Amino acid sequence: MRAVSSVIGRAVPIDRPDIDTDQIVPAVWMKKIERVGFADGLFQKWRRDPAFVLNQPERRGATILIAGANFGCGSSREHAVWALRDYGFGAIIAPSFADIHRNNLPSSGLVPVVAAAAVVDTLMAATTADATTEIVIDVVRRVVSCEQAGVQEAQFFLDDAAHHRLVNGLDLIDMTLQLDARISDHELRRPDWLPSCDGVVHTSSTVG
Amino acid sequence: MEATTLVEKIWDAHVVDRGDADLLYIDLHLVHEVTSPQAFEGLRVSGRKLRRPDLTIATADHDVPTAEAGLAVSDAVGARQLQLQIANCREFGVELHPMGSAGQGIVHVIGPEMGLTQPGMTIVCGDSHTATHGAFGAIAFGIGTSQVEHVMATQTLRMAKPRTMAVTVDGQLRPGTTAKDLVLAIIGAIGVGGGTGTLIEYRGECIRALSMAGRMTVCNMAIEAGARSGLIAPDETTLAYLEGKQRAPKGDQWARAVEHWQTLRTDQDAVFDVEAVLDAGSVRPQATWGTNPGQTVNIDGRVPDPSALSEPAERGAAQRALEYMGLAPGTAMRDIPISTVFIGSCTNGRLEDLRAAAEVVRGHRVASTVRALVVPGSARIKQQAEQEGLDEVFRSAGFEWRLPGCSMCVGMNGDVVAPGTHSASTSNRNFEGRQGVGARTHLVSPESAAATAIAGHLVAAGDLN
Repeated sequence: MRAVSSVIGRAVPIDRPDIDTDQIVPAVWMKKIERVGFADGLFQKWRRDPAFVLNQPERRGATILIAGANFGCGSSREHAVWALRDYGFGAIIAPSFADIHRNNLPSSGLVPVVAAAAVVDTLMAATTADATTEIVIDVVRRVVSCEQAGVQEAQFFLDDAAHHRLVNGLDLIDMTLQLDARISDHELRRPDWLPSCDGVVHTSSTVG
Repeated sequence: MEATTLVEKIWDAHVVDRGDADLLYIDLHLVHEVTSPQAFEGLRVSGRKLRRPDLTIATADHDVPTAEAGLAVSDAVGARQLQLQIANCREFGVELHPMGSAGQGIVHVIGPEMGLTQPGMTIVCGDSHTATHGAFGAIAFGIGTSQVEHVMATQTLRMAKPRTMAVTVDGQLRPGTTAKDLVLAIIGAIGVGGGTGTLIEYRGECIRALSMAGRMTVCNMAIEAGARSGLIAPDETTLAYLEGKQRAPKGDQWARAVEHWQTLRTDQDAVFDVEAVLDAGSVRPQATWGTNPGQTVNIDGRVPDPSALSEPAERGAAQRALEYMGLAPGTAMRDIPISTVFIGSCTNGRLEDLRAAAEVVRGHRVASTVRALVVPGSARIKQQAEQEGLDEVFRSAGFEWRLPGCSMCVGMNGDVVAPGTHSASTSNRNFEGRQGVGARTHLVSPESAAATAIAGHLVAAGDLN
């Protein structure tokens, strides 16, 4: 995975709390079997409204999304992250995120920026007033700045594990596979009563 | 020894490696057709094996058509996904209960009914309603597709230990009030972000009195309060449900398992990071009025007035919700005409739910203005319900009796609510467009859904006549 040390760019403000993953990408997009090609699904229903912020020409090319609290609640679908990524976003700034979505974002190199509500409000207001407002997210130092909004190196929360992964561009599976012996040790200690699956594709009337 | 919570006990017993986030061993990986194709592909591309096929089980639920007429998947994209699942499971040696098989059903329904879901386990699935399995005293949570691939390759997950939240429900539910009403009331009280960053342990007299079906309903919707999951300590009710189930331990293993399961409880002096308390006696049958599950009122109440809300973000959200729902503040909930009723889903598609709904329906007819569907949670439940004659109760009253699947909860299989119309649904999410473009969803209990189908408007079973 590509290392991400900063995200710099213009932003799209969506001043709503509790934006759920069904809004970020509707369920019909989950029928795809690929990991790419989700850009048109991003906020598909809301984009039907010509006045929706994503449809404003001056917002094209924005790389940062600013949203209300509890962003990405609901379904665990990572397709929501793929839609945000394919559209061109590299970071989401919000006062809080739903847990699963916050964990999913770094898997595609997107940065969940958990900033203080006052900072989010200031950035939201500035970028709403002026679409050319530029925001600088320093991922390494976990600070966000915006000259036009008067925000200087405001600290944001990014958990240490996600930070380590993003900044170093690490493949999580590779990292874990290095601990193979530890995993095997644990497997030896598992109680013998734990259930197991039979590995069979049960067609028609067989019951597993 | 330091007093610990149930969550901490289970968590600590599964930590393979400690770090900024812990590496957690996963005892059971549930897989469905929608969030797994890219994970299987990832394994193939990187030449990795699926580490523990014997701890992995798959079924088809999201895409499957439920029309009684047959099993043809009319949409080519859905059909491709189902075919691919069969090929993937064959290639990687994964147990699969595909569409049309006797073990098929919603992934969160078949785990428990097979006895695969047991106390003290760690269970994951690429589906947020994995929380359901917490009803057995397991740590069970939803994950994204990259994590699905990680579990396939390593049988572990890198996860920060969640904070703990206790939701204590004292007292008893009043007659006519259900586990669904309770969990909606809980979400209404703590908010859709009220559990963020936590894993909820439901406790208290009311929770202890719930059946396993009721506990599954309550844990299922922990995610709708923002929590990663919810769980309930195992007790006699849990053991009685599990004993004799196909994949539950037998003989000497059962005895040793029970001995261990009895240690799975929060110590008396353990401290939770967050606590909430609710009086079960204050809960009335609920119905949601808005576009998130926390926007709920008593079903005999009125649509609230957003201008009465002090928090600006909440006020704005309520106004947008009412606009989407086409509702005016102050409207009596029972005056909202309902054109679709859906009984089913991983929240309320179990046999107990169907029995309760059938009791309400018996001797009545579905209103002429209503299309009503019953979608059993699994093929086994469908079969059991038919043995009890429930299908006949529903059919003769004018309900459609369908094949098992997620169906109208997520609207991926063609079962959708018409734009601009209102549904009463026993599912878990009333998000904009969740049940179809422009669909206006009201979440209710199976009993209220049945009564609503008969009345043609939102009503609790007790107020039907």
